[in-house]
Amino acid sequence: MDATFTDDQLTFAEATRAVLTGEVTPDRVRARWSTEDGLDQSLMEQIQSLGLNSVLVPEALGGLGLGQTDFILMAQACGYVALPEPVVEQVTIAAPLLVDAVDRGLGDGRVQTVLDGLQQGTAQIAVGHPINPLINFAHSADWFLLGHGEGLYLVPADEVVIKPLKSMDPSRRIAEVGFDADAAYCLAQGDVGAELWRATLNRGALASAAQLVGLAEAMVEQAVRYTSDREQFGRAVGANQAVKHLLADVAVQLEYAKPVVYRAAYTAEVSPGRADFAVSHAKAAATRAALLASRQCIQAHGAMGYTWECDLQIWVKRAWALAREWGDEGFHKNRIHEWLLRPEALLGPDFTFGRRSITEVPASEEEAA
Amino acid sequence: MDLRYTDEQQRFRLEVREWLEAHVPSAPLPSFDTEQGFEAHRQWERSLAAGNWGMVTWPEAYGGRGCDLIQWLIFEEEYYRAGAPLRVNQNGIFLLGPTLMEYGTEEQKARFIPAMARGDEIWAQGWSEPNAGSDMAAIRCTAIRDGDDYVINGQKIWSTRAVFADWVFGLFRTDPESERHRGLSKILVPLSADGITVRPIAQLNGLPGFAEIFFDDVRVPAFNLLGGEGEGWNIAMATAGFERGLMLRSPARFQQAAKRLVELYRSRRNEVLDASIEEAVLRCYMDAEAYALSTYQTASLLVKGGRIGPEASCNKIFWSELDLLIHETAMKLLGARGEIEPESDQDAAELGSWLDGFLFAQSGPIYAGTNEIQRNIIAERMLGMPRK
Repeated sequence: MDATFTDDQLTFAEATRAVLTGEVTPDRVRARWSTEDGLDQSLMEQIQSLGLNSVLVPEALGGLGLGQTDFILMAQACGYVALPEPVVEQVTIAAPLLVDAVDRGLGDGRVQTVLDGLQQGTAQIAVGHPINPLINFAHSADWFLLGHGEGLYLVPADEVVIKPLKSMDPSRRIAEVGFDADAAYCLAQGDVGAELWRATLNRGALASAAQLVGLAEAMVEQAVRYTSDREQFGRAVGANQAVKHLLADVAVQLEYAKPVVYRAAYTAEVSPGRADFAVSHAKAAATRAALLASRQCIQAHGAMGYTWECDLQIWVKRAWALAREWGDEGFHKNRIHEWLLRPEALLGPDFTFGRRSITEVPASEEEAA
Repeated sequence: MDLRYTDEQQRFRLEVREWLEAHVPSAPLPSFDTEQGFEAHRQWERSLAAGNWGMVTWPEAYGGRGCDLIQWLIFEEEYYRAGAPLRVNQNGIFLLGPTLMEYGTEEQKARFIPAMARGDEIWAQGWSEPNAGSDMAAIRCTAIRDGDDYVINGQKIWSTRAVFADWVFGLFRTDPESERHRGLSKILVPLSADGITVRPIAQLNGLPGFAEIFFDDVRVPAFNLLGGEGEGWNIAMATAGFERGLMLRSPARFQQAAKRLVELYRSRRNEVLDASIEEAVLRCYMDAEAYALSTYQTASLLVKGGRIGPEASCNKIFWSELDLLIHETAMKLLGARGEIEPESDQDAAELGSWLDGFLFAQSGPIYAGTNEIQRNIIAERMLGMPRK
């Protein structure tokens, strides 16, 4: 039992955060808002050179063979800087879904080709899970992984119809994407399709949860800075208990959302078939913390918090958007509710880490089962 | 990260489970805030000690098993799962014990720890005074050195378990000229000493769970000074951190309560009209689990030799508000009959101990540093907000 990250994991996360903090500044984010595609090409190239898209791809398929636990702190770092580019989505949603398809021998050699393109930086992939009516950066995608019923389709960009919509978050480029569920593009249907989509939903919710935690961290830091500098009645407004308590409440929710998100990453990695509860808990807890952070940090900024000029809006609006992606709070709470009502649900202090807590079942057998 | 128990940890869990199944009293003990209940709980402490289960993290020489913090969490999980009695000596084993281990002399450890472990000496705590509550540095109770003794005068209040306990530990002003947190010392006092008057204070449930203690020229040997003279504040702060939080309110307590809440909800949900109850039940279950995950994370860090950061100050708010929500929600589920104080076995079977827990939960956000004080600490020490 060890619920901490390794030194390597912490070091990579720290390095990622340092690079991103230097490159993804509020000014450069705002510069993207007035461009057509909303992407910072030089940053995209830099990220490509770091090989991030290969992190979760097995070594046999040309990747680094790492797991969700290795990447979760990096996803959090992407949220911390409110990275507009869909890096986390490529790494933790698109790549693993392509890998799943290759593993099952679906779609001839097409899937491997697309996966290679993703790893080499020559192909952007957008994933359109049925739970998400809107796809971010659809116009920049070369390939789409789309759902129709339980079917999974790999569709080239020139075969889809993109209807762009304007997001409340100016960093996002959302669209509705239509396509013909043509058998030629179908990778999987029925149970296989359903299984792949279920795993994808969990990876998507986990990716959102990690970013929401990072967003909340950054919002609190900004509010602390602002209330430490801004003076009224001859002293910093942050010296007032009423203001302190606004932010302390966010800190508490955030501190207790983090381990939940990390547990979900671990479960999704080692036991994906049983990750529903852990992932839904993570998305619900991270959403709660990030939405509270948005509200309280706007309040702590006073009138400035309600302006376009204040950079806080970059983080706040992303949180409002990500809260809706990959299942909103209602969806995830409903999944937990259903689970809690099941007579066979394992509840109580001896089941924090699932059935493996029961001593009669050695850990190795449980893993095999 | 490896969220699996080792075979050794699994075996330890089984051993704890087997012992508890064989020894936990079949009927709940009367409250330890009654004379009869106090002695029944003392007997339970003795039976734990006889099996070397009194404080598993302590060294074997003091009646423990030298367990690490992960094993401690496993022990607690099994303890609450088994519905074992609350620890009447928690002031001693969770608060004073670790301080003695760190700051006590070998003679002091030999004198106090085994007796504490055996349940022969049950401890009360003596921090607050009428004018020193949240502002603990305002303590005025004096302990003046006189030859080989300290002579204590003054008053303590809100001393938990003091009505039936054997000893009290607390902070006293050993330098009468000193101010604030300087000049305070930690001293151990037998409640049987001449000059001590204990006046019970009834808590919300009508039972004397705490007391006022009056000291009138009470003499204790200088041997009873824990740590250096004038170092009381630092010692108190050192033991007020995470490990104290971990020991005092382990996650299993709330996970077990949340499990019972889910069971109550399953049995009564068809009668529930208030849609917010479903949301509250979910939140209780999730938060109890979040508290456990966070604690495992911190315990793992400590086991690896890491140190706790200021974020640990979040835990008091989290568990106390969780405990309130669990019990408020249970009371809502009980509906009109939740008002009944169970006296018959039939009522007790129907209503359980939710009312007791509900009343006790009111104190959580107040004791051990009010949640308002905790929020100040989080804002200033963890977030770095300005003090003035």
